[in-house]
Amino acid sequence: MKDNKIDKSDPPENGRTRRSFLKGLSIAAAAGSAGLVTGGCTGEVASEEMGLKWEEYFKKNYRLMSQKEKDETVERLVKLAKIRVGVDIQMSNQAPINNVLYGYAFNISRCKGYMDCVEACVQENNLDRKSKTQYIRLFEMEPGKLDPSTGDGKYHHEVPVEDKFYMGVQCFHCENAPCIKACPTKATWREPDGIVVVDYDWCIGCRYCLAACPYWGRRFNWGEPQVPAEEINLKQHYLGNRMRMKGVMEKCTFCVQRTRQGKLPACANACPTGSRIFGNLLDPDSEIRFVLKTKKVFRFKEELGTDPKFWYFMD
Amino acid sequence: MTTNSRKGIISFVTDCAGWAMAGGTGFKIYLLALFGIIGMGAYAYYLQFQQGLIITGMSNIVSWGLYISNFTFFVGVAAAAVMLILPAYVFKDKDLHEVVIIGECVAVGALVMCLTFITVDMGGPLKVWHMIPGIGLFNWPSSILTWDVLVLNGYLALNALVPLYILYCNYNKKEPVGWRYKPFVFLSILWAISIHMTTAFLYQGLPARPFWNNPLLGPRFLASAFAAGPAIIMIVLIIIKQNTSYPVSVNIFQKLKRIIVISAIINLIMLFSEVFKEFYNFTHHSLSAQYLFFGLDGHNSLVPWIWTAIGLNILGTVLFAVDPSKCNPRYLMVAAISLFTGIWIEKGFGLIIPGFVPSPMGEVVDYTPSGPEIMITLGVLALGVLVMTLLIKPAIVILLEYKKSKAT
Repeated sequence: MKDNKIDKSDPPENGRTRRSFLKGLSIAAAAGSAGLVTGGCTGEVASEEMGLKWEEYFKKNYRLMSQKEKDETVERLVKLAKIRVGVDIQMSNQAPINNVLYGYAFNISRCKGYMDCVEACVQENNLDRKSKTQYIRLFEMEPGKLDPSTGDGKYHHEVPVEDKFYMGVQCFHCENAPCIKACPTKATWREPDGIVVVDYDWCIGCRYCLAACPYWGRRFNWGEPQVPAEEINLKQHYLGNRMRMKGVMEKCTFCVQRTRQGKLPACANACPTGSRIFGNLLDPDSEIRFVLKTKKVFRFKEELGTDPKFWYFMD
Repeated sequence: MTTNSRKGIISFVTDCAGWAMAGGTGFKIYLLALFGIIGMGAYAYYLQFQQGLIITGMSNIVSWGLYISNFTFFVGVAAAAVMLILPAYVFKDKDLHEVVIIGECVAVGALVMCLTFITVDMGGPLKVWHMIPGIGLFNWPSSILTWDVLVLNGYLALNALVPLYILYCNYNKKEPVGWRYKPFVFLSILWAISIHMTTAFLYQGLPARPFWNNPLLGPRFLASAFAAGPAIIMIVLIIIKQNTSYPVSVNIFQKLKRIIVISAIINLIMLFSEVFKEFYNFTHHSLSAQYLFFGLDGHNSLVPWIWTAIGLNILGTVLFAVDPSKCNPRYLMVAAISLFTGIWIEKGFGLIIPGFVPSPMGEVVDYTPSGPEIMITLGVLALGVLVMTLLIKPAIVILLEYKKSKAT
């Protein structure tokens, strides 16, 4: 329900998706797969699915693809989603915007631990409902401590609680990310706008990045992730919230499918207390720059030299 | 070079296959048992392939388990062949030269285990081509994992090809030509050290995991490997001595014993040094060690294991160091098994699991391998033992016949 509400507030499709759709159609026709257009009986659908899977299996790493190849794989994935789950997804491969570097700031004096951010993230990013995957963790903290690992990450009671405060953690999108260095296949990298992403189709599932992350920012798909068809967020990005598969790594992408269209990430959008500040670090007039300039800010495990793009501050 | 009595590669392969499978009822039962375990493991792997790694005991907190633990340990066993190669070729030790091929067969078996463990641990084994340079994207030199792929496969090639060449010459009743293989022997000596150091660097290079981020890790890997590896080679040699006519002189056992004792003592000194650092002034970074040795927040599943391991370690070291039996095979067998098992536990999951506990977010969970995970692990171990067996058997026949022909 909630994701519908979020979806309705979104502006209509951008042109790129439609363009890729047309392009994909012509490719399909050229390929001459007879069942593609008419596609009546199940055998033809099955063979179409096999053909699409076959092409998907041999595709390149996303970063090596030309724009044409990116559009083609998006088109195949849209068709596969239709065949498998019966939903019409809209997938984008929108590139980073020039002169944008995303940053995040978290106000530890304001957050009351309501967890609306966690819920919004699960809905927006099509997170596996079966294993209850969550990108965001909120820790209930004792006064006098500033290290989330000393807090309670499993609290389950009415909030706010007297004399407690709350710290949220997620992927911190480090400039010097140990996970990127660790990956043996370059399946994870930092985009020019600062978002650390995973090419799910290129990841071989060795989990070395998970071991390398000092912030526990990564999640592995131990089984086949499950989201009920009616709850799937149809607005997807190739590097973002598209459906993952078993055996691959995933993580927070600062909601790349939203933020590259100028919207806030779902967590910042959902926060009822205004504790989550997100914006362009290269824009001197942005709210994030105001926070960094005027507030006392700090970062988690600064001594590791990872240079996260995620700050904590207090009023 | 152009002798007409020379037998070709095809007859070499078929003869070797025949010798590998030949044996009495006991040997047939042994082979059958190995195939049975491998079959069970293959079935369990089929389940894992279908359903994903969810059928293992691993989680987002303890994200490497039994597979990677065993991988780490058997890299050491593979590297330990160098403890025979080095004295045999560099110091021209005649005794160890007799058994150097057997040591290399053990290394090949161990490497087969290592590479299989890595493969079964992968979430997308069909995508392994993404790592092949040229058609995939190989993140070299940045990712230590790519270094490990290179050194392990290189070491496998070295340890398979050099003995193959020597055996093929001996099969044709010829002395192998030194310049053709000696350079690779010296290369494999350096390479052996590199495989275990690189594997240690996989862990050692992660500031995210203070338990591993420790400059002693690599050297300690080597010391423990040079104790555990020769111990398993000794076990194999005792079995060969008792079941075949291949002569294994008491000198060989004495020399192996010396190697093992020195390495095991160095290993224990380093272990003591690590324990001292963790507990003399207890810090936030010592929590993993506390979890391993004493338990943390009521979670103590590793505690009995690590103390058993340390007990076996000390017992094995003392048994080897004292040895009142003067190299009685049964005595050595007990000593070798206890030392080997001790290091297996300690360098296996005693090293890997605590690296993940507590998690970077301070969470403490226990890890228990699942039934299918244990079956797959046993299957991989059986596969390695099978490879070892099928390599050592024809090697012994060829070496024996060559000796006979030289004597006449």
